[in-house]
Amino acid sequence: MDSFLLQILNGLDKGSAYALIALGLTLIFGTLGVVNFAHGALFMIGAFCAVTLNKLLTLSFETVDETKTDFLGNPLKVETPYVEAWFGPEFGGALIDWSVPLAILLAIPVMVGIGFVMERGLIKHFYKRPHADQILVTFGLAIVLQEIIKYYFGANPIQTPEPSALRGSIDIGTMIGFEANRIIYPIWRLVYFFFAMVIIAGVFGFLQFTTFGMVVRAGMADRETVGLLGINIDRRFTIMFGIAAAVAGLAGVMYGPLNPPNYHMGMDFLVLSFVVVVVGGMGSLPGAVLAGFMLGILESFASTTWATTTIPGINQIIIYLVAIIVLLTRPRGLMGRKGVMEE
Amino acid sequence: MSKSNLTRRGVLKTGAVAGTSLAVPTIFTAQSVAAYTNEPTGGTVTLGFNVPQTGPYADEGNDELLAQQLAVEHLNGEGDGGCLNTFTSKALKGNGILGKKVQFVTGDTQTKSDAARASAKSMIEKDGAIMINGGSSSGVAVAVQGLCQDAGVIFMAGLTHANDTTGKDRKANGFRHFFNAYMSGAALAPVLAKEMGNDRRAYHLTADYNWGWTQEESIVASTEALGWETVNTVKTPLASTDFSSYIAPVLNSGADVLVLNHYGGNMVNSLTNAIQFGLLDKVANGKDFKIVVPLYSELMAAGAGENIKGVLGSMNYNWQLENEGSKAFVKSFGEKYGKPPSNSAQTCYAQVLLYADACERAGTFNPCGVAEALEGFEFDGLGNGKTLYRAEDHQCFKDVLVVRGAQNPTSAYDTLEIVEVTPVEQVTYAPNHPMFGGDEATLGECNPGA
Repeated sequence: MDSFLLQILNGLDKGSAYALIALGLTLIFGTLGVVNFAHGALFMIGAFCAVTLNKLLTLSFETVDETKTDFLGNPLKVETPYVEAWFGPEFGGALIDWSVPLAILLAIPVMVGIGFVMERGLIKHFYKRPHADQILVTFGLAIVLQEIIKYYFGANPIQTPEPSALRGSIDIGTMIGFEANRIIYPIWRLVYFFFAMVIIAGVFGFLQFTTFGMVVRAGMADRETVGLLGINIDRRFTIMFGIAAAVAGLAGVMYGPLNPPNYHMGMDFLVLSFVVVVVGGMGSLPGAVLAGFMLGILESFASTTWATTTIPGINQIIIYLVAIIVLLTRPRGLMGRKGVMEE
Repeated sequence: MSKSNLTRRGVLKTGAVAGTSLAVPTIFTAQSVAAYTNEPTGGTVTLGFNVPQTGPYADEGNDELLAQQLAVEHLNGEGDGGCLNTFTSKALKGNGILGKKVQFVTGDTQTKSDAARASAKSMIEKDGAIMINGGSSSGVAVAVQGLCQDAGVIFMAGLTHANDTTGKDRKANGFRHFFNAYMSGAALAPVLAKEMGNDRRAYHLTADYNWGWTQEESIVASTEALGWETVNTVKTPLASTDFSSYIAPVLNSGADVLVLNHYGGNMVNSLTNAIQFGLLDKVANGKDFKIVVPLYSELMAAGAGENIKGVLGSMNYNWQLENEGSKAFVKSFGEKYGKPPSNSAQTCYAQVLLYADACERAGTFNPCGVAEALEGFEFDGLGNGKTLYRAEDHQCFKDVLVVRGAQNPTSAYDTLEIVEVTPVEQVTYAPNHPMFGGDEATLGECNPGA
């Protein structure tokens, strides 16, 4: 039972990342009708917002410690971050320590800006082109973006640790009546799950309870009619592209402490997220979220020793297996609308 | 009026012969007039450095390339000479190789076997490379080694740790300076016994490809010989990025040691995940839980950050070694590039010098002469201490380092500390050891290519 609960938690955690990326993908597809293969790269850039802020906060000046030597036998140069010198070691240290959550503040404008530039500068020219063209151009863009990141940050993973107060793990088992040390789970993974839930709720709330959201939903249902009513739906859809980019970016910012960011992390998620979107139903926001969590949980269970010994390799194919079954039995996906991508 | 002998059949025959000649790669034909593949005829000799310049190991490849460039400088008499001053063989004079100035070309392996073979082939066929060196993967090493064997050039492997490179896949034209998985197990076992005792239960997470399997096999054999029990061995897909689903079952498996047979990004992520799950704070079977990473590299240690503190592993070389060869190399590399060399850099640097030295001692670039000069060659002064290039399998035998993630590093470079220098006798095995292909494994015949 404890192993079962642990895998549920793992699945929710994996599913959080899938759901957030798939949510952004679906927002873009549902509004602009574009299949955005650069969405994984936006997730990766979000993670590198956290890396960048951490690097900015740890910009340092050098002092020489004559009592120690470096690897060449010269006096050791000790680096002290400017923020610690300016604000004192306590507050300066806290700023560095909390750099990942603080990076949210940096990531939102950066990602919205990147979204605008992407949409206005490149993607809008492909609205009337076939989906294959859109896939090619956005995939090419993804490669360009990841090579830019590799050029500036290198190919090696970069540690972006969580705040020390949220480091380590907690014994969830004792809270729900299990023996001690049976269900131990990392605190940051729980934070990531709750963060994802807040973002998902925020996006749904925005679309459901604001006038802007209502217009966007109307545009998603019938773009032409909304346009005939004199509403500039294109501008709203551009803003939605920026919001979708920000959602992917925020998913990346908070993901850094789970697995150190590297330039390739977007590609690792991209294909899986597309499968999530297809399983959930192209253009369906609830479908993307539901499928994200469902496939995350299934993937976690498929990685258990029991599953891999019973069906070797199941951990590598489970998501695609489910996708095949869903598409065979329900071609429009779990919650897909009739007519979307069915022509 | 002249009579023409031109017939339709004749034209077809001539065309077929000419077409076949053109279709056969130059690698197998151009040298027919030479004694061996890419025999240098001018005043220069070209070496081919095949390293990952793109892909996940690009940083490691870049470090290898820096070391190879440094080696070329030293061979040509530039810079401070580095290990030419400490190398026990005095055949190299700093005037190139056999009087020819050394130049080099580079290829990008991308850490993919097919790409690595293509770049090596291009360097041999188009650029006239007479030796291929470098790489950061066993799959790549085995693939390129096979190509070099067929092409008739020497392959001086870079970072490759799988037993197979000089085991079942050994080749007469291929040579490995780097240590291997068996040696990691043999070196680590006594330290593990000393630090963790003989009554431990180990859980292995293993990257699901050739290197991971051979490493797991080696570590399981070494630790079970100590009296440890292997609770479980779980294969993880190479493409995995998150290991939480694999780490979670470890908690309640009855194991008290986690062995991560991972390298590169896999290692960084699996170790980070294991620390997040609090494994190192856990007590299992009445003992403190421990994590072991059998193969370390400096770049991976940097990627893992604070998570490696106290975690044991092994290395081929570490810049903190105090022997004269190491000091000379670190000084030379450090002054030129502003950082200490990684162990992949050191193995590539050593391989280039060893190749050049063998050419000098053999008096030829002929791969068969060079191979003969390398076989059974004993040397010192390149950073690892006394070393033997064993004739039977072309594997270097030298001391192996057991290292630990430093508790209080003073800079970005001393994240690992040397725990023990395991003597070579302890890591030596028979050439026909079952893990290395047994009696069936042979080098085959040296191929000069012509």
